[in-house]
Amino acid sequence: MTLLEIHEPGETPLPHAGEGALAVGIDLGTTNSVVAIARDGKPAALHDETGKALVPSVVAYPAAGGVQVGDAARLLMTREPRNVVASVKRLMGRGAADLHAVAGVLPYEIEPGSGETDMVKLRIGGKARSPVEISAEILKALRKRAEDALEKPVERAVITVPAYFDDAARTATRDAARVAGLEVLRLVNEPTAAALAYGLDKGAEGLYAVYDLGGGTFDFSLLRLEKGVFQVLATGGDTALGGDDFDRAIAERLLAERKTDGLADTVDEGAVKTALALGRQMKEQLSDRDQTSGRLELSGVPSFHALGRADFEAMIAAYVKRTIDIARHVLTDADMKAGEIHGVVLVGGSTRVPLVRAKVAEMIGKPPLTDIDPDEVVALGAALQAEALTGGSDTLLLDVTPLSLGLETMGGLVEKIVPRNTPIPVQLAQEFTTYQDGQSAMAIHVVQGEREMVADCRSLARFELLGIPPMTAGAARIRVTFAVDADGLLTVSAEERTTGVAQRVEVKPSYGLSHDDMADMLYDSLEHAEDDMARRLLTESRVEAERGLLALDGALAKDGGLLSTEERAELDVARLRLQTATKGEDRDEITAAAEALETLSKPFAERRMDRGIREALSGLSVADLEGRVGRD
Amino acid sequence: MDHFARLGLPAALELEPATLDRAYFARQRQWHPDRFVAKPPDERARASAEAAALNDAYRTLKDPLSRAVYFAALKGVELPGDGKTIDDPELLMEVMDAREELHEASSVAEVDALAAFAREDLQKELATLPRLFLANDKPAIRKTLLRLRYLDKFAEEAKARRTNLGKS
Repeated sequence: MTLLEIHEPGETPLPHAGEGALAVGIDLGTTNSVVAIARDGKPAALHDETGKALVPSVVAYPAAGGVQVGDAARLLMTREPRNVVASVKRLMGRGAADLHAVAGVLPYEIEPGSGETDMVKLRIGGKARSPVEISAEILKALRKRAEDALEKPVERAVITVPAYFDDAARTATRDAARVAGLEVLRLVNEPTAAALAYGLDKGAEGLYAVYDLGGGTFDFSLLRLEKGVFQVLATGGDTALGGDDFDRAIAERLLAERKTDGLADTVDEGAVKTALALGRQMKEQLSDRDQTSGRLELSGVPSFHALGRADFEAMIAAYVKRTIDIARHVLTDADMKAGEIHGVVLVGGSTRVPLVRAKVAEMIGKPPLTDIDPDEVVALGAALQAEALTGGSDTLLLDVTPLSLGLETMGGLVEKIVPRNTPIPVQLAQEFTTYQDGQSAMAIHVVQGEREMVADCRSLARFELLGIPPMTAGAARIRVTFAVDADGLLTVSAEERTTGVAQRVEVKPSYGLSHDDMADMLYDSLEHAEDDMARRLLTESRVEAERGLLALDGALAKDGGLLSTEERAELDVARLRLQTATKGEDRDEITAAAEALETLSKPFAERRMDRGIREALSGLSVADLEGRVGRD
Repeated sequence: MDHFARLGLPAALELEPATLDRAYFARQRQWHPDRFVAKPPDERARASAEAAALNDAYRTLKDPLSRAVYFAALKGVELPGDGKTIDDPELLMEVMDAREELHEASSVAEVDALAAFAREDLQKELATLPRLFLANDKPAIRKTLLRLRYLDKFAEEAKARRTNLGKS
């Protein structure tokens, strides 16, 4: 029996969803990125020709020109350190005020933005580039990989961000996608995506934790899973803590050992990047064995280093302890005990480090879940969500705000309007008043963070509510509304409510990226699109010219006798001109030379055609011809 | 529409967490913005507003104390705004003494003991509320809710103090 399907409002499946309009899931990671697609609830990471799913989040602007992403870019890291950027995610949405957090961590020349909320830029390949445009290059490469693998245009994506990403970093991520020509269906928190990948597969129920230690960020989240509902209860983390710190600890050790051995190194960018690369390699080896060694060559001088696992664990113990402290704090936040957790999902390549696994197991009191590749699990979850959003699904993700949002009040104090771990979307308002008689304006300063003082929080936006009618101090009622959407992005509005003449100001914090910057970047990408188009046209005209030359050569070999010596010489000159033009970059010249040759060879073609017809007709009677026509 | 009505629940002081969750999940399934990704902007905006209102309702009704305060307001018992001075001298004295004790506590164990007392008190006071509402004793409801709010805040402060002590 066929039942008539009745759908709840908003649950109606999209008509013709899926065909031609594919939506992918993207894990835009600090160290590696992955793109995945889900079909019928089955997610799969998309691989390159060599079967690799991971795309190193490395972008190079080589001296030779162009842009390289991934393994190709990483190869240039030691040769052209000044033209290569890695771990750019750490700078997403960061302003000058945040530089202390990354100072010394990233071996780049960093230019603070001009204003307080302007994003920093990197001087790479001789040009100041924002983290947004660099990230956009990674997204473009992932998009291309997806289009190559799926053989269909890909224009929509679910992109994951660390749960702890603040508003600035989320906006920056959305902007990067826009520059890369991708519509973001939803920004999903990485731990939530990971839980999704596990939950749907395993039909898990109960309280779960996600411990996500990537290259540059750490997140710990608590989720309740129940009949297709993924409810995030609490989340916390550190945006500047990850496996890169482990690499750096080893690299510092290596450089120190060389110094002890009396090697006088100039520790420049190239040296640091070389040492970091070896550090990473040794770290990875120590996941499977107790002892490793490495050879470091700087300025042609090699040195040999040994490192034991115990030694390595001592070097990183403080970092690992910090992750456990944060995890305990999140548990306290949610009024939960470690013992109540059914299982903990491990995410991020850094969770392969045995010490990390041991400490997590120790805290939870049970071995962590590791059956999905920790490098791919986030992208797989994002792909599932992308399918759910475009094709309809029963799954429901209920996420929360990772950080409190508030306003600056008298004395530089923060008044929290939206506390952290509030389910989103959310709209909350609070009323403020004037503190001076006749006050006609109120400065509104929006901040994000858990601290009590404005100076310790992150400044998101400032604006002024003007036109407050003159009243005695404390009489005005100014209602400030904070709205956080399902992507975790904030809109703030303010209005004066006593007089009916409501002044309303709405601010969408742009954090870090001025509209001019954004416009420039979009323009740049358009310019590049033009470049790309020109390149394609050039290639097409070359291919066409070469095909013409080949045909002409064939004709000359067969029917060259139809031409006089003079005509033949003229044709040879024109032929040579076109041949030369196809080796150059000038598409107009190729077109012109092709046209000239065509005009010149027209009489030859006509004569050949006449001869062909004559040959075909010779010796045939009219009846034969009619018969032939009839048969054809 | 009040928070109870929005979730399709009868307005009541007592509410089973599982009942609240069921009602909330069912309505979020209907209104969550994820279900409206491909819809026209006006439908998306409406869903987003509805989902936000549901979240507000859920958040308010989930915690027994905030639910009691909300329910009391529906019954016409208004409390002074958050952060305003306490107008009950007896409670004021208790608050000042307790804060001093917390401030002087120098070990995690001491702080934990204070927090445990506060939580115990909180549970006891919460248990008296149904009777007060039944008798519709508004002054007593107000007095109890004020004390409950202070106890809750004190437990929060103890938590923060504990975190700070744990760090050093």
